[in-house]
Amino acid sequence: MKVAIPVFPGSNCDHDALHACGAVMGWDAVPVWHQETALPAGTDLVLIPGGFSYGDYLRCGAIAALAPVMADVKRHAENGGLVFGVCNGFQILCEAGLLPGALLKNQTLRFIHKEVHLRVERADLPYTKALKAGQVLRIPEAHGDGNYTLDEAGLAALEARGGVAFRYCHPDGQVGEASAENGAMNAIAGIVNEKGNVLGMMPHPERAVERLLGNDDGLGIFRSLAAAFAPA
Amino acid sequence: MKVRVSVQLKGGILDPQGKAVEQGLHGFGFAVDKVRVGRLIEFEVPGQDAEAAKTQAQAMCDKLLVNPVMEKAVIEVLA
Repeated sequence: MKVAIPVFPGSNCDHDALHACGAVMGWDAVPVWHQETALPAGTDLVLIPGGFSYGDYLRCGAIAALAPVMADVKRHAENGGLVFGVCNGFQILCEAGLLPGALLKNQTLRFIHKEVHLRVERADLPYTKALKAGQVLRIPEAHGDGNYTLDEAGLAALEARGGVAFRYCHPDGQVGEASAENGAMNAIAGIVNEKGNVLGMMPHPERAVERLLGNDDGLGIFRSLAAAFAPA
Repeated sequence: MKVRVSVQLKGGILDPQGKAVEQGLHGFGFAVDKVRVGRLIEFEVPGQDAEAAKTQAQAMCDKLLVNPVMEKAVIEVLA
C-alpha cells in the first residue's frame, strides 16, 4: 500500500503519520511537500496530517486548501481514491470543499488535549471495516478548533445519508450533549463524503498505534485500510 | 480603489473569542453584552470603478475570504 502524506508549513503530525503508516503498518509511506503538483504515481491513500498549516492564518486549513498539491489530492478523491484528513487535515478537507461543514473554535474556549472516547457509527467504510458499529475507541485529540458546525439543512442531509463515521461518546458508548467537549454538533468527531472515500476526523488515531505507548485503539482504522487493500 | 471587507461570524454561531473578550471587559467593570470578534481585511484594486471593485471583492469573498458555513461579510468601497 502506497501512502502520500502532504506536508504544509506548520504541519506537525506528519512524522506521527509516517511512523504509523511506515514503521507500524509497514506501508510505503512518503511525505509530499505542499508545492508538489502531483502525488507520487500509484498513491493508494492520501493522509493529510494534523498541525497548524500556514499558522492557521485566515481560518484553519483555508490557505492549505489552496496549496498546489491539493489540486491532485482533489483529483485523487474524485477518482475514488482514499483521502484521510486528521485534525488540521479534517479542517483542510472542509475548506477544500471535499467534506461539508466547518470546524469552529471549541466552545470551552480551551485547547482540548486528552484521550476521548469515540463511537464507531459506520463499520462499512474502507477506514472502519475491521471495526464494529457501536464499538468504542479511546483516541487522543489535541485541537483548539474542533467544534463541527453545519447549517441545519446540511446537518440533516449529512445524518440522513449516514455521513457521520465517529461520534464523541462517554466510555460506555452513550452519546449525549456533554460527550463532545468541543461543542461539535450532534457530537460529530468524524465524517465521510457520499462515496465514503474521503474521511475527516478531529482525534488522532495515528497517535494510538502501539501498546507499548499505552494505547493502540487507533490501529483498528489502519487495519481496516490494510484489509481494504488486501488482495481478495 | 481601496476596499474594506468586514468578516463576522453569523448570528447563530457561537463566538468563544467574543465571549472571552466580553469577560475581560467585565473584569474592567464595563457593562457590555453580546461582544463579537470579527476580521477586517483591507486591500486596493486597480481602476476607478466602485461597482467593479465591489464585484471583485465579492468574488474574493466567495473564493477565499469568507467561509459561508459560519461567516458573513460586509464590503465597503472606500475611495
